[in-house]
Amino acid sequence: MSFTLRKDKHGVVVVGVDGQLIVGNRQELKQKVLDALEGGGRKFVVDFAKTGYIDSSGLGVLVSLSKKIREQGGDLRLCGLNEDLQTLFELTKLDTLFAITKTSEEALAAF
Amino acid sequence: MTTPLHLDVRRRAGGGETETELLLDVPSDLKYVGPAVELIVGRLPSGPLSPRRIRFNFRTALAEALANAIAYGNHHDPARVVHVLVQVGHDVVRLHVTDEGDGFDPDGIPDPTLPDRLELEDGRGLFVLRRLVDHVAFNAKGNSVCLTLLAG
Repeated sequence: MSFTLRKDKHGVVVVGVDGQLIVGNRQELKQKVLDALEGGGRKFVVDFAKTGYIDSSGLGVLVSLSKKIREQGGDLRLCGLNEDLQTLFELTKLDTLFAITKTSEEALAAF
Repeated sequence: MTTPLHLDVRRRAGGGETETELLLDVPSDLKYVGPAVELIVGRLPSGPLSPRRIRFNFRTALAEALANAIAYGNHHDPARVVHVLVQVGHDVVRLHVTDEGDGFDPDGIPDPTLPDRLELEDGRGLFVLRRLVDHVAFNAKGNSVCLTLLAG
């Protein structure tokens, strides 16, 4: 499991989640995104195309990061959720809190 | 690298069918949640659950229950462990997660989807658990949960 951060040509920070986002590694993701926010990044996309599962702690860290980024005038969007992960966001009503697109290209184009 | 995670796999015959049991004690450190889940999933007999239900429902439910037991049950106490027992029958999987804490009242957890709770970081674990599996049952003390996934 690991997280990769890259900036696209418009300065959008794209975060890839490889494996799982759960209680054991959420702090690592939080720190990496907060470092990028500190470094001036304001537009973030978290890509779950390579993600197996997310637990409630993983959902929680996304909620908290989204809030922090919005407070700095930025935005955090999600993409690449498979059907099961999409259902997880819907049943927790977090689909109402995040802009969610199918692909990272769509998420980037929407900024 | 040595690991404190040692899975015990047993086969039991009873009631006309053979049941597989997987037993694992997990130290009270959240870093073991992911490895413990993968260790159990890797040895889970194929049978009652579809690969998709194992990949998502079983994995996520086990991770949730373990994290709750470590954090809220055992309070990260290194002297305590979480006991996991997975019983795999012909048409059902039962997942028992027991901590060494004082228990809690599962009915006292507020709904995390209420508007004033939606943006809180924590408090979704039990809510998610109840929607991932077919049945959730706590013992009277509240320190042991049995999660039932029916075949499918």
